Order: sequence, then C-alpha cells, then structure tokens
Amino acid sequence: MNTEEIHGILAEQFGDAILELKSEAIDPWIVVAGEQIVEILTFLRDDERLQFDHLNDLTAVDYLEMDEKKAKKFPYEPHLEMVYHLSSFGLKHRTVIKISTTRWKDDKPGNFPDIPSVAGVFGIADWHEREAFDMFGINFVGHPNLKRILCPEDWEGHPLRKDYEFPQEYHGIRGQ
Amino acid sequence: MSMQVEDPRVIEFDVRTDEMLVNMGPQHPSTHGVLRLLLKTDGEVVSEVTPHIGYLHRCAEKIGENLSPPQWIPYTDRMDYLAAMNMNLGFSLVIEKLIGMDVPEKAMNCRLIIAELGRVASHLVGMGAYGLDLGSFSPFLYAFREREIILDLFEETCGARLTYSYMTPGGVTHDLPGMITIPPGLAQLTGNSPDMELEWKDAVLMFLDWLETRIHEYHTLLTRNAIFIKRTAGIGILSPEMAKSYGCTGPVLRSSGIDYDLRRDGEEIYTRMYEGYNFEVPVAPFDAAPRGVELGDNWTRFYVRMMEVVQAIGLVRQGLDKYETAAGSYREGFKMGSKLPADECYLETESPRGQMGFYVVGANAAEPLRTRAKSSCFCNLSVTAPLCENTLLGDIPSVVGSLDIVMGEIDR
Repeated sequence: MNTEEIHGILAEQFGDAILELKSEAIDPWIVVAGEQIVEILTFLRDDERLQFDHLNDLTAVDYLEMDEKKAKKFPYEPHLEMVYHLSSFGLKHRTVIKISTTRWKDDKPGNFPDIPSVAGVFGIADWHEREAFDMFGINFVGHPNLKRILCPEDWEGHPLRKDYEFPQEYHGIRGQ
Repeated sequence: MSMQVEDPRVIEFDVRTDEMLVNMGPQHPSTHGVLRLLLKTDGEVVSEVTPHIGYLHRCAEKIGENLSPPQWIPYTDRMDYLAAMNMNLGFSLVIEKLIGMDVPEKAMNCRLIIAELGRVASHLVGMGAYGLDLGSFSPFLYAFREREIILDLFEETCGARLTYSYMTPGGVTHDLPGMITIPPGLAQLTGNSPDMELEWKDAVLMFLDWLETRIHEYHTLLTRNAIFIKRTAGIGILSPEMAKSYGCTGPVLRSSGIDYDLRRDGEEIYTRMYEGYNFEVPVAPFDAAPRGVELGDNWTRFYVRMMEVVQAIGLVRQGLDKYETAAGSYREGFKMGSKLPADECYLETESPRGQMGFYVVGANAAEPLRTRAKSSCFCNLSVTAPLCENTLLGDIPSVVGSLDIVMGEIDR
C-alpha cells in the first residue's frame, strides 16, 4: 500500500488531525497533529489493512541554520520535527509519519516542546524517545523513564540541537 | 543452570537472602564491550536488569552534520567494527537513494561478494565469542583463525583490516584484486607453500571450500554439545510479539519465527543487488533442534547465525561466478562536494546483526542537515530488561551473548 492510500485511510479515521501529505518526496510522508500521535500509531499498528507492527526508527530533526551566510539559502523554516518510520512485516509496506513543532515551547528558549510518548504502543519507543530527549531536549509526556541514555546524566545541553554550544570543560576535562 | 524460576517470591524461607544490587560491567568480559548491567538479585535469581549504555558515545551523528557523505564513511566503519563493510554499504546506499544515483552492475557485484564475506566474518566472531561467554574456549580460537583469513583477503582488496571504508557512494574504492600471494593462514591450513601466487578469486574459493568442511566441526563443538544445549535451550525466550514490539531485527527476529529479511523484502535499491541470486532465509523453528529448544530461545538465535553463514558462503560463490560477466565499472564517480538535495530519505539494510538504518536530510549543501544511524543492536539490546527478568544470575551472559551486540554501534 502506498502512502497516498495510507493517508486516505488515516484522513477518514482522524479527520483534522491529519495535516499534510507530501507525496513527491523520495520517502513520502504524512504530517499529523502531535496531540493525537498515540492514537494514530495505535491505529496504524492494529488496523487490519495497515498492520504497521514495526517501528523502524523514531528520531527528531532540528531545522535551523546558525551561519548567517548560509541561512539565506537555507530551504527550511526554523522548526523541530519528530519522524516515525514504520513498516509491516506481514504486508511489507512502509511509511513515514511526522510531527512538526516549534523549536521551543511558546518560543521561550530552554522550554522543551511537549510530544506525547508512544512508549506504550511500541516497546522500542522507550529507548528511542530517551535518545531523542537526550539529543534534542524534547519532553515526551507520559514516558515511564525519561532520562538521558547516551550522555552522562549531569551533561548540560542537548547536543543535536543546532544552537548547542560545546562545553568548555566537563569535570576538569577541557573541551574544545 | 537452565532452570527458570516461575515466581521468584516463592523461595524457601531458609535460603531467602536480602536483595542486592550487582554491577555487571562496564568492564565485564561477557558484556561484549562497555555495557553496564545493573542487576537486582535475590540470591541467584535476578529480578530486574537495567542496562546502562553510552560509554562509547562519540557523537557520530553530530559529526556527520559537518562532513560530506564520503567523509563520513570512515565513521560508519567505527560503529559496527565487526561488520564494517556492511555499515559502509548501508550508508552508501542511502546517499545513492537521496541523490538518485544508479550503481553499475560490476560495483553491485563487488559489494555483494564483500558484504557477504563480511557477514561470514561477523558471524564467526558472534559464534566464537558466544562460546567464550559460556566457558568454551576452543571455538573462539577456531573462529578467529578463520576470520583472520577473511581479514587478509579484505586487506588485499582495500588495504585495511578492520575499518575498511571500501564502499563509498557510487560503488567501491577499488576493483577486486588480481594476483596475490596466498594469505599465510590459508597456506598453512590448506598445506600450500606460503609463497604461492594465485588469483584473489581463487583464494576466496579455496578458503570457502575449506571453511565449508569445518562447519560441521563447529556444530560438534557447540551446537550439539550437551553442556552448550543445557545452557542455551529454553532460556531467554523471546516471543514473536515481544520481538515486534521491541523492534528486534536480523537473526534475533528470525529466531522468533518471523520470516523477514531485507535482502529479499527490503527496498528495491537494496534488493536489486541480490536479484538473480539464490539463497534461503533461515527462520525458526528448525527440525534439527535438539530436545528442550523452544522458539526464540538462546540456542535458536545462535543456530540462525550458523545457518546464515552457509547461505552467505553460497552467495559469495554465486557472486564470484558472475564477476567476469558483470557489466560496467566498479565505480560511478561521486563528485566530492556535490550538493545534497533538500529532501530526505531513510533506508535499512540487512547487516549481520539486524536492520541497520540510515536517515539523511539534505539542505542544498554538501553536508547533510541531519545524519541518523539507527542501530540494530540498540533495539536488540533494549529487549534485555524484559528478557532477563526472573532468570538466574548465571544465565545473564548467556542471554546477552545470544543477542550478539556490538557496543560501538549502540553508542555511536
């Protein structure tokens, strides 16, 4: 089943929560409203026609260009995106679901955006969301154990954000 | 050792002990690298396992945002360093998918031969190290002896023994070599003179002929070994539902009875490499399984890898047959500094340890906006906590070892 058909089924089920279909991309994607992501992924997993029983990947992308010269040619608006890659073992099709959000909640720097956690839908989302929290500073609402996973617990900042500043020192070890 | 406790609370009063936290790793030999497991134990029974990872985190994804794709290839080597060729392949393919590049038949043929040899080398380590975890030392030495020859053959191909950077966007860096001096290990094992000169292709075939006769010996040493079966059969059972939920892939998934292999079921850009090749996908349950083995247990995970080695050998042979007639060059030029389009794509390939995914977002610049490496071991490892609940302390290395993890790939 291709992404257009999947979009049709989702739009029928969730109506306004399905925001956009980008079908001309290499991997076509569907943008959905963040508030409903748990219901949407549960539906994708359980519906007989779709059977998306495998969450291949869950990650985020920070769309921002810090360099002023390059920023003029930068093809994206500054924002943060959650990306969910799904596939089905039985039906052997795949799709991409996205959530678009502001880089900071209410545009206050340091205020993490809220995304509902899907750790209850897919077991692996637990660790992937911890990694996304660690790297991007996204607050996964309802996550059972939202702690850093790759960086040490006392690490400052979220390294994969584009405006991340490299630390000058960490426990007496010089950085930069 | 193989007993499993149904309800850990039901332990006789006499032997009840206090709960204790035991730290296993990060320098523990049977954690396969720097993995730290925090075990909550009551006597010999482990009630809770908390894996702590990140000791080998090198910010590979952040570095990838500042490098052009060919420059990031060496970083993929250092993720899964036991199957570096397969990692190179995954990232090269995702870049080719992003820029819409077609790779010549010859390059695909070279990639297939090398990637499948890499799979053999990787599974040999998986087998040897697993034997070591369970206290059997000899298979480890045999496995490394055999792997050494593959490394020698790789060295003749690209000059490196561990971090190859051999496959790049557009093809491979060198054509397969012509005449070589026989690898010293191979000369010794086959009784040939160490000065013997032969075609690289013939050296590979000589090695495969020799390896095939050895596989039944590994089965005698481990697969059919009574102690090994006692320590692995019926332990660490991963149900198909759990395997799906935790995103387990590769041999771990197939040992739970789910028939899915990206070489057959993956995206066209990857499966076209395997078009016209005959191979089977070993999926549990197996008729050859000894008594006590259950679907998705440690023994089955081990056995799937052993069966995959046989299939990989067959694929290398077919690849070598087709090498002479494969059309085109071994490499299509990828211009250094060429811009990546403002689009994105994700691709998974069947790496020896599971489905290794790369996700690249381009932004009209030579460096991608985002490079993401989705590790298969990361997902496979996340299942340890539920899998190790209520097992015996001595079975923890047996379960973790059967997942065949490489920490370099998990921590990136």
